Amino acid sequence: MTPATIIAAVVRRELLRAVRNQAEALYPLLFFALCVLMFPFALGTDSALLSKVAAGVVWVAALLASALSLEALFRADYADGTLEVLVVGGASLPLLGLGKAAAHWLLSGLPVLVLAIPLGLSLELQPALLGTLLATLALGSVCMSLIGAAISALTVGLRGGGLLLAMLILPLYIPVLIFGASATANAALGLPVAGELYFLAGLLVLALTLTPWATAAALRIRMS
Amino acid sequence: MNFAFLHKYASLMHFYRLSHTLTPWLAAATLALFAWGLVGGLLLAPTDYQQGDSFRIMYVHVPAAWMSMFVYVTMAVAGGVALIWKLKLAEIVSRACAPLGASFTFLALVTGSIWGKPMWGTWWVWDARLTSELILLFLYLGVIALHGALDDRRAGARAGAVLALIGVVNIPIIHFSVEWWSTLHQGATVSKFSKPSIHIDMLIPLLVMISAFQCYFAWSLLVRVRSEILDYDRNASWVRELGRAQEAGR
Repeated sequence: MTPATIIAAVVRRELLRAVRNQAEALYPLLFFALCVLMFPFALGTDSALLSKVAAGVVWVAALLASALSLEALFRADYADGTLEVLVVGGASLPLLGLGKAAAHWLLSGLPVLVLAIPLGLSLELQPALLGTLLATLALGSVCMSLIGAAISALTVGLRGGGLLLAMLILPLYIPVLIFGASATANAALGLPVAGELYFLAGLLVLALTLTPWATAAALRIRMS
Repeated sequence: MNFAFLHKYASLMHFYRLSHTLTPWLAAATLALFAWGLVGGLLLAPTDYQQGDSFRIMYVHVPAAWMSMFVYVTMAVAGGVALIWKLKLAEIVSRACAPLGASFTFLALVTGSIWGKPMWGTWWVWDARLTSELILLFLYLGVIALHGALDDRRAGARAGAVLALIGVVNIPIIHFSVEWWSTLHQGATVSKFSKPSIHIDMLIPLLVMISAFQCYFAWSLLVRVRSEILDYDRNASWVRELGRAQEAGR
């Protein structure tokens, strides 16, 4: 089997699971939408204020949705022993990690990206900024899924699971958030955003190169 | 090259015996350097022409901030060694670093806050370096939490090592954050590559304090590692003999 077919098989399996358990697949999206909707209640409906914070709110909500949905990434495989079989059986763990991260992005990153359009507009986000927000969110959410897969593998099956995972992962998301949010802030001022996009792409390449090995090491430790 | 001598010192028993002779020297060095650094920094160093006497908190703040990063790197390197060569000693060192590093980070944040009040007029600003230091504290707390979440010590130490290695990406971000974001924080005053922008009479106590912090770290790390070694190897014959010898000597 080539690496691509292994990744495709992992992704296919995750997508199939999502299709068969559609309610659970919707949780991250509903959480994302609810999280965004809390802000008008908290900050009031002043459209000037909302317009100013819209991009940041969408970013934070996407971050939280990603962090909370990661807990389930390895949970089922851990509970029914699949993970143990894969580790003991000598499966390529970095490729498994890549496949899991890709599936996580397809199931939570991509839908959040689509949902960010109406939610951002509902917060009076200037339509001109939408392109920048989506571009940064697209690059950033892939980074988040990749880093998240490693931390998810590290904490699978531990007590305090979800909260522990969120606590470990949020500090690691900060660089992504900084470049994502500052790109939209620059775009609002009419400044160029290429620098931030390049930085996000750099972080993405770094994460793509390193995190599969971290995921593999984490799985080996947790299953030994 | 023959690395057999390394394995000798990596064995817990030999390290325990080696550390027994090292600990009193490190303790003495720590106390002497602290005495020198504190007298030099708090009493003898000239008053700053801008900041008056309040700059003297630098003699605690700067070493603590340096140590917060140094200990993280130490933890990550020891963690890497533990993962690659599966050395028990490296696992123990990596594990013992986490609470020490978190304490240094906390100290750096608190002293920075106390220094910031008279200088910037506020306890806290969302300045790049302060924020990175706070993130570093959360990274440490994450590693400590992960250690605690696993019942098996060795698995806990190795999981913490993976997390430390992932988080080590944060160290260069801290370092370059001053250049990356506009900031209130004064730039680094001690540099290897250019003439430091600090008077030599102020610099010497600072370097002494940094060495004192280093020695203190090495000392307390050794004390922690020693007790962890006894716990790890509590069923080994040499630890039992040690226990019997202590019983007899009492």
